[in-house]
Amino acid sequence: MSLSKIKFDKKIVLSFWIILIALIIAAPTLLPVFRLNLLGRYLSLSIVALGVDLIWGFTGLLSLGQGIFFALGGYCAAMYLQITSSSEFPNNIPEFFALYGVEKLPFFWEPFRSPVFTFFAIWIIPALVAGLIGFLVFRNRIKGVYFSILTQASLLVFFNFFNGQQKLINGTNGLKTDVTQLFGQMVGSESMQRLFFWITAFLVIAAWFFAKWVVKGRFGNILIGIRDDEPRVRFTGYNPVIFKTIIFSIAGGLAGISGALYTVQSGIVSPQFMTVPFSIEMVIWVAVGGRGTLLGAILGAVFINYAKSLVSEALPASWMFIQGGLFILVVTALPEGVLGWIQGDGPRNLLQKFGLRRKIETYPSLEVNNKEGNNE
Amino acid sequence: MELLLDSLFNGVAIGSVLLVAALGLAIVFGLMGVINLAHGELMMLGAYTTYVTQLIFKLPILKPFYNSYIIVSIFLAFIVSGVVGILLEKTIIRKLYGSPLETLLATWGVSLILQQFVRSVPLAYGTGLVISLLIGLFLPTTFPSKIKESINFKYFKFSSWIFAALTGVLTGSVISSSVSKLSRASARNVDVTAPSWMRGQVEIIGTAFPKTRLMIIVITLISVIAITLFLNQSAWGMRIRAVTQNRQMSDCLGISTEKVDIITFGIGSGLAGVAGVAVSLLGSVGPNVGGNYIVGCFMVVVLGGVGNLLGTVLASFGIGIMTDLIGAGRLLSIWPDMPLPLSNTINFFATTSMARVMIFALIVIFLQFKPTGLFPQKGRMVEN
Repeated sequence: MSLSKIKFDKKIVLSFWIILIALIIAAPTLLPVFRLNLLGRYLSLSIVALGVDLIWGFTGLLSLGQGIFFALGGYCAAMYLQITSSSEFPNNIPEFFALYGVEKLPFFWEPFRSPVFTFFAIWIIPALVAGLIGFLVFRNRIKGVYFSILTQASLLVFFNFFNGQQKLINGTNGLKTDVTQLFGQMVGSESMQRLFFWITAFLVIAAWFFAKWVVKGRFGNILIGIRDDEPRVRFTGYNPVIFKTIIFSIAGGLAGISGALYTVQSGIVSPQFMTVPFSIEMVIWVAVGGRGTLLGAILGAVFINYAKSLVSEALPASWMFIQGGLFILVVTALPEGVLGWIQGDGPRNLLQKFGLRRKIETYPSLEVNNKEGNNE
Repeated sequence: MELLLDSLFNGVAIGSVLLVAALGLAIVFGLMGVINLAHGELMMLGAYTTYVTQLIFKLPILKPFYNSYIIVSIFLAFIVSGVVGILLEKTIIRKLYGSPLETLLATWGVSLILQQFVRSVPLAYGTGLVISLLIGLFLPTTFPSKIKESINFKYFKFSSWIFAALTGVLTGSVISSSVSKLSRASARNVDVTAPSWMRGQVEIIGTAFPKTRLMIIVITLISVIAITLFLNQSAWGMRIRAVTQNRQMSDCLGISTEKVDIITFGIGSGLAGVAGVAVSLLGSVGPNVGGNYIVGCFMVVVLGGVGNLLGTVLASFGIGIMTDLIGAGRLLSIWPDMPLPLSNTINFFATTSMARVMIFALIVIFLQFKPTGLFPQKGRMVEN
């Protein structure tokens, strides 16, 4: 019996949740500020990982451009913060504009004066951009490697655009948020960071339930159908384009929320969020955690980033080797990820290998067919 | 007219770097459906090979031949990147056949390792490692068939690997003791200086062209011709084309697809090395040098379609010329009295980075009409 089939008692589930929530509420007192801030950042990254899991783990679309949506969300949040705390600067516009001799606020900054607009913009703008890119690509049945390459190219396009436009969004320097004001307090202050940590932790849980709800039922079945055999889904009468576009923009929206939370906790948003390596890293979090497991995406994002910060503190040069090795290892040896391995037949196979468990006899032909089916 | 010629030349120069880099990628992608994200790093290895060759040719024994080092380095770069590529195919890519997305991630991992490798390993020992790989992979294939078929072949293989490792360590330490610049690991960028006969400019029809750029165009031309001849005239070329068209059928007809895969991957990676030589002539060489070109190569492959070299050639020159036209704002100088809103738009895109934005938009628009590139492969299957 595999682990995913075990039905836990309701009381156990309830007490697990109570402990988890108590831990989240108590975390600021348990952890030093520095570690709390790191944990908060990694938790916000796990939201973008959930999005990657939805599109890659469930729908089979490997996007190497989630950084676009992540950064867009971050920029939305940072623009609002910059503009609300710019009253003491000349012309009532953010400080950096003066460096480039800009006196009038660019038009697209105007709506970000409103907190309500910003609240929606953080997830709707990335979702719309993702939907547009996705629709244009999926409409032509571009998929597989072509899709990955195109998303990577669009990532580079956005990077170049944001990097080059000093007069519009401060170019390569990015927008700082830690010295801005929100609710009359510094965003970088300890109390605000604590608040952001709580918001992040609860949004991760909310995003997890949302993602679970998305992949449940018929919609989720169609997504899995697209992953496993897209032509068959099409011949059955469904239009895969619509489903792929919807799920891609959902992932974009999640990335936007994640980016905004990450920005306010790291204190800056810059085009560095749109570099190629960062977006591919997001995929590896999901791959290590276990694709198609959702929980694996969250755990993968948190643990790998934590490991990264630990290793980088101790041996800065070796992280690239470890990360590169991780990529190779996880695709060749552990394709279903750690959580997928635990939930699947992994532990049973391991026990069998050591002779601790009897092999299950099946028809050889079944095994062969099974293998071929997984090739896709 | 002169302006147009100048623009055309610049475009062709940009395009030819793209072409020689994308050529290998396109062949491998056409054959195996694998996009090699480490292709840029194989280019980087080629560029570093040029640097190492240059320094070795400065040694007293080889000093008289210094001027020809660039020619030698083209061949060496081909071999170095090719060997690393073959190793990559044998160890990782072969296991992932049939799952292109996983290959994408694994090759990205390889690219990270290669980047960090040139940062933290002295180039002299890197050279030694490549030499031992070369010997270890190829020495066993040169044995007479009598030995190859014997049961004890694995011992011969093993001993040749030991020999290879010893040679590698020996060359590594010889190089590191004789060329001090190669004996320390460094993350800093290095510079390749062109030999004297390649410096300066040539004047053609009243326009001055830098010689290095002409050299790159020549390298590209030779690579394209060589590859075309190889694919269309040689027996292995025919096998490669056959496997590209229909892998299972070729397998049934007795073509060793395994060998075809290795050869193709080796040649594709080797071409990346040649591209690296070209790149090293354009600017300084660093661990990230490949990353600047790689996405352009992907665009060429996407635009050109697979299985046809003409598509790759047209796509790279098209992208090159467009980059120059947009990025340098040349349309304005060709048509000076353009209406104002249009000229403002063109000025907005007249930087290298904004030109990329524009070109990507154009490519996406193009793909709306021809989703499988300029020359798609014809087939009747629903999938691919």
